[in-house]
Amino acid sequence: MEINVLYYLLPSLVMFCCGVYGFLTRKNMIAMLISLELMLNAVDINFTVINRYIYPESTEGMFFTLFAIAIAAAETALAIAIIINLYRANKTVDVRDANKLKG
Amino acid sequence: MNPIIPLLILCLPLLGFLVLGLLGPKMSHKAAGWYGVLSMGTTMVLAYITACTYFFSGQPDFITEGGDRLQFIVFNQDWLAFTQSLVIRLGFLLDPISALLLVVITTISFCVHLYSLGYMEGEKGFQRYYAFLQLFSFSMLGLVVATNIFQMYIFWELVGASSYLLIGFYYTRPSAVSASKKAFIVTRFADLGFLLGILILSYYTGTFNFTDFTSIQEGASWAVSTDSAFGVLAQFQGAAFMGCSLLTWALVLIFMGGMGKSAMLPLHIWLPDAMEGPTPVSALIHAATMVVAGVYLVARLFPLYLMEEAALQFITVVGAITALYAAVVACTQIDIKRVLAFSTISQIAFMMVSLGVARPEFHEGLGYMASMFHLFTHAMFKALLFLGAGALIHAVHSNDYTAMGGLRKYMPITHITFLIGCLAIAGIPPFSGFFSKDEILSACYMNSTLWGVWMSFVAGLTAFYMFRLYYLIFWWDEPDYGHHKPHEAPWPMALPLVFLAAVSCVAGFIPFGHFVTWNGEPYTIHIDWLGVATPSIIIALAGIALATRMYRKKNDLPEKFAKASCGLWTAAHHRFYWDELYLFVTHKIIFNGICRPIAWFDRHVIDGTMNGLAWLAQRLSITIRPLQSGSVQAYVYVYLFGALLLGLITTVCVVL
Amino acid sequence: MEILYTIVALAIIICSILTVTTRKILRSATYLLFTLFGAAIIYFMMDYEFLGAVQIAVYAGGIVVLFVFAILLTSQPGKNSEKLESRRKGWGILAALAVACISGWALVSRCCSLMGAKPEMEFLTMKKLGLEMISSNGYLLPFEAVSVLLLACIIGGVAVARKR
Repeated sequence: MEINVLYYLLPSLVMFCCGVYGFLTRKNMIAMLISLELMLNAVDINFTVINRYIYPESTEGMFFTLFAIAIAAAETALAIAIIINLYRANKTVDVRDANKLKG
Repeated sequence: MNPIIPLLILCLPLLGFLVLGLLGPKMSHKAAGWYGVLSMGTTMVLAYITACTYFFSGQPDFITEGGDRLQFIVFNQDWLAFTQSLVIRLGFLLDPISALLLVVITTISFCVHLYSLGYMEGEKGFQRYYAFLQLFSFSMLGLVVATNIFQMYIFWELVGASSYLLIGFYYTRPSAVSASKKAFIVTRFADLGFLLGILILSYYTGTFNFTDFTSIQEGASWAVSTDSAFGVLAQFQGAAFMGCSLLTWALVLIFMGGMGKSAMLPLHIWLPDAMEGPTPVSALIHAATMVVAGVYLVARLFPLYLMEEAALQFITVVGAITALYAAVVACTQIDIKRVLAFSTISQIAFMMVSLGVARPEFHEGLGYMASMFHLFTHAMFKALLFLGAGALIHAVHSNDYTAMGGLRKYMPITHITFLIGCLAIAGIPPFSGFFSKDEILSACYMNSTLWGVWMSFVAGLTAFYMFRLYYLIFWWDEPDYGHHKPHEAPWPMALPLVFLAAVSCVAGFIPFGHFVTWNGEPYTIHIDWLGVATPSIIIALAGIALATRMYRKKNDLPEKFAKASCGLWTAAHHRFYWDELYLFVTHKIIFNGICRPIAWFDRHVIDGTMNGLAWLAQRLSITIRPLQSGSVQAYVYVYLFGALLLGLITTVCVVL
Repeated sequence: MEILYTIVALAIIICSILTVTTRKILRSATYLLFTLFGAAIIYFMMDYEFLGAVQIAVYAGGIVVLFVFAILLTSQPGKNSEKLESRRKGWGILAALAVACISGWALVSRCCSLMGAKPEMEFLTMKKLGLEMISSNGYLLPFEAVSVLLLACIIGGVAVARKR
């Protein structure tokens, strides 16, 4: 069995779909955030794999993943700060209760 | 001529209005009143200086070698420049009639200012009253010195507005409020005609300036002269509309504005009601100055009117009918101010008739001079009569003669001055009214015997109703005054009375023909004692005699007379039902027949469309509002749907 | 290699599914951790050692720990989240399947161009990577941008989380 790109992309696709499912169905905001991380990682894997298999002489995909990890870390930290603040205000992390911005 | 003094004449009252209007509430009554009096007094002195300079200095700007008086533009400032050729200017035109009107307006205005110190003492809104008086004086002065017809129109409206404010001075009284509205609406309606006239005239001549309008050659007529003789009017040649020449239409429409302001039939209905205002206001605005604006307007455009006989004849007919109508009505009114109001209408109609019958071929346009002469004398004695009436009202606190009677013992000064006023208006020599009225009658007889006889009859009626009023107030039977006896007016009120009475005694001897003529050429008035003067004196004396017989002592003659007149008396008492006619026309025909359907259309069709749109938008927003649920996951579904769609489209495009 | 790949792929698939299906939030975070490890192993397999190291350090060491802290702060451990109603679940599965179908189709429709063995690659030394990151014809600008972004996030995080 020769491992080609498709073999790597398949698990990442499953990972992404799981992220979508989780993001759409979970009510806990932290769980939603976890699903988001899943999706991000799926994308990261795609970048890396395609970079490595199809354009081995360049490093764009790798660097993009690197920066994406940095940004994801920052974004997660901020999101968690917001969620904790919301929890302080609402005593819940249910996303359905966080609808005050609907105007 | 230095433009400072003319400019000050306009600016001082305007400044007075601003000062009194803005700072008035902080001033005491006394300060505000005296400020107004002093401001007006200064204006009067300046106006006298200007008029004297114009008439007597003999500068080449004002008078030619041959003694013809000229029109002189002191300054003329661009105010609104629409295009290169269409420019509206504000300026100061000095000519015989504007100089005359400057004197009249400032004199009467000053008298009224002084008089009001006593009359309005302690009234609420005293400062406001003086502010409005100043505003009125400013507008009226601006009107008479207008260099172009548009400036005149602007000040014309300002005069109307200040008249509205002053009639409605007692704004807590419903009658005053409705009277002010009536005055404003009626004159506005007339001004519509005025504006149309201005537009027609300016459209064809391409100018607003009076000096351009009146620059046509003397004696030019459509039949014989060439185009160049008409100057700016050449465009009018041959233009006609509905059987009349367009120039006639323009002039008649302009005269319609004058009809509104000067209360000619059928637009006279506002003037009697305007007596709801304070009496000094009636004396200033509704007797001496504003109501003669119509006469002034016609006089200002007189050379134009001369071009069109038809327009002059129209003026004559309207004036003559109004004069007779108002004189008859004045014989039957109870309210003394209403009597004076109708008398004013009648006298202004005299001036109008006089202008209407004036032709250059009749003794150098005698009617024009007579009209201006009468304007001057009438302003003096009618202001005197109104101020006298004000003193009476001040004394007995009622407008009706039924509350008066036998007042000659209590108010000697008022009595004497009022009598002088009555004699003047009745046309008894040597009082001023005799001279001017005599000139008018001469002019009428020169034009046609019909108008002569007609106006002589009206003059007789004038003598009758004025002395009816005089006797009913000062003789007749004394009603029960109770312990509160009428008293003579305080000095600020008595002084203007005496002054105006003195003027009324001597004004007739002014050689008016030397100052004011239609083309500026002076001539000497001579009184036709045999043909006109003596008969008119006899008619006036007959009127007075009749009044003396009927009203000197309490008797039942008036009642018998009223009964015997088979309805004429009642009809005249109700002013020949003009108000009822107007009410019928406005309420029954205009309101019900026209306004109701329009209102229905507005409410149901126009508003309905708008409401329908609003309803639609509301329904739509209510329908789509749930989309904005605030639920993040719902948004994600939508986003995902869109993203997938995009992905699908891209893939399809790439693959196929 | 094939064995390693099979293990990793299976681990990623199973752990991701478990991450979103387990009703205990803390477990969910743990499964995420395993998934992230799987991703890190894939990076190592791709010969990007540095990336794999970063993945482990930042994600496993940083983000998951953050998650655990947040979870502990906002809920009682061991408490199950309420059961999902089937309608919601159905919609979620439908959406996920739609994503899978469209992406899968897009993938499969072009798979012929993706076939091929792993090509050889020059080893990416740490020095080369670092030089590329800060050289002006490399990734200096994104690098700086990320640094500013991180600073903004620090300030934002402090501003949001501080006690009033």
